Amino acid sequence: MANVLLSRILVLLEPSGDERIIASSSAELLSGARQFAAVVDACSWNGSALAATAGRYGARRLLSVQVAEGELPEPVAARALAAAIWADPPDAILVPHTNRGRDVAARLSVLLDSPVLTNVVGLEMSDEGPVSLHAVFGGETVVRARFTGAGPGLFLVRPKTFAAVDEEGAGKAELVNLETGDATGTDRVRVVSRHVPQADAIALDDAAVVVSGGRGLGSADNYALVEELAALLHAASGASRAIVDAGWVSYSHQVGQTGKVVKPDLYIAVGISGALQHRVGMKDSKHIVAINSDPDAPIFSIADLGIVGDATKVLPRLIAAIQSR
Amino acid sequence: MNVAVLVKQIPDPELLPALDPDTFRMVRGSGFVIDDADRYGVEVALSLRDASGGGEVTAVSMTPGGETGGLRAALAMGVDKALVVSDTELAGTDALSTAKVLAAALARVAPDLVIAATESTDGYTGTVPVQIAELLGWPSISYATTVACVDELVSATRQTDAGTEDVECPLPVVVSVTAGIVEPRYPSMRGIMSAKSKPIATLSVADLGIDSGAVGAIGARQAVISATVAPPRAGGVIVVDEGDAHEHIIELLAELRLI
Repeated sequence: MANVLLSRILVLLEPSGDERIIASSSAELLSGARQFAAVVDACSWNGSALAATAGRYGARRLLSVQVAEGELPEPVAARALAAAIWADPPDAILVPHTNRGRDVAARLSVLLDSPVLTNVVGLEMSDEGPVSLHAVFGGETVVRARFTGAGPGLFLVRPKTFAAVDEEGAGKAELVNLETGDATGTDRVRVVSRHVPQADAIALDDAAVVVSGGRGLGSADNYALVEELAALLHAASGASRAIVDAGWVSYSHQVGQTGKVVKPDLYIAVGISGALQHRVGMKDSKHIVAINSDPDAPIFSIADLGIVGDATKVLPRLIAAIQSR
Repeated sequence: MNVAVLVKQIPDPELLPALDPDTFRMVRGSGFVIDDADRYGVEVALSLRDASGGGEVTAVSMTPGGETGGLRAALAMGVDKALVVSDTELAGTDALSTAKVLAAALARVAPDLVIAATESTDGYTGTVPVQIAELLGWPSISYATTVACVDELVSATRQTDAGTEDVECPLPVVVSVTAGIVEPRYPSMRGIMSAKSKPIATLSVADLGIDSGAVGAIGARQAVISATVAPPRAGGVIVVDEGDAHEHIIELLAELRLI
């Protein structure tokens, strides 16, 4: 594999929940792009607050489009991005594989008439351009893919694929304001209200230890056991999609394909069977402990320590034992 | 209100899929079922039709092999009719071309509202609903956890990475819904019987005026160049709990200096 460097990569940035800095998945993507291109430019919306963090993680310029209060950013950002790409085509476009990122990439792919490579978990360079890595079947198979059409490749990159590198001392990214294009009716959605839950003391994305609960807890009330253990270990509390769908805990706790991707030092899966969609979000944890009553649960195939037993019985004993130390 | 719902027919997920070693395409067994994620979309579509006091729900799908098993399941739940783009040339179609085919089929149905699942269970690219919206020139509401429609105004709550947002949009709009949004109804015996006589219209790629070179593996502008089996995680220790299994966890926590 030749070590070919691209001239320029364009990265879509998203603001974090409080809209004052870029989201951690965006910072990772900037740092990742820096490994492969001489110049990394960024694109976002309402970017004046984001130029400082965009610069710190390696963006030269921040192309920004104005999105009005109550307007959904995705269709507007896709149009601005498409215009910027036509004006000055980069060698590749990286978009974070988040809910907003997916929507921007989907619209952008139609505007550019270029397919999207989704669920990217790694990038390599070859003589024929960038090659993307994809984990399929829950990570048991790694597929390598590349674009065969004309124009820059469009990649949706899963969070935690790259490590964010804070280039301390780097100045702000140069802010370039983009014209708002005609959204031709795709922008008719109005945001009535936004709800950002009170941030947990320990963010799921960055926690060194994560304790997650699943349907094996038996009831919503028993999720308190997961929270209690998490508090004792200074861990973040996560959840399987099943119990989020059932309304036991909020979506912000969901780990998996459609939730957060985590790579902690220790992941404790409590009453989680380990469906593909969950394993994708936690399989790269350094140590995995699983507690489940079903000895055939797929989670045991990736666990360093598997306890076959009733989570609601094992957890209270574990909590008491930690407290008595 | 006329609602179209996208339905993907997938090989029975109980049977593990595999990759063809030569073409890197998914080898699909026989026995096609409705993607479980789409049963939620069907339920939402039926509820919205009923709440609006009239109209029809049309299930729209595409397949390279003429399968209708998943569509019959949607019809049995109460969907009124189905349209399937069935063409051997569709094998290996990428997500963008899939969206183009489905958007062309939806233009024939001309619904007031399109409902889709957030992502399929077997491909999970998650881009098709919004690609369809862009192709139709429509707005989209993705990751919806609640959907209602009153006086041609759709209101929904959607999941964002930071939390949730409540949104509104006039018809027409594409809405992708998460699993868990509603409890999909089980088909009644009467539903299953009547599904057999409900119409399933079939169109080819050429019928939609789409060039066959633009779909399938030929039209895909992305290629898989290799597939390798990742080294499996080293097998761990499995302990059956007999009242003291938590001590193994304590041991590990101490080793990692967490307690």
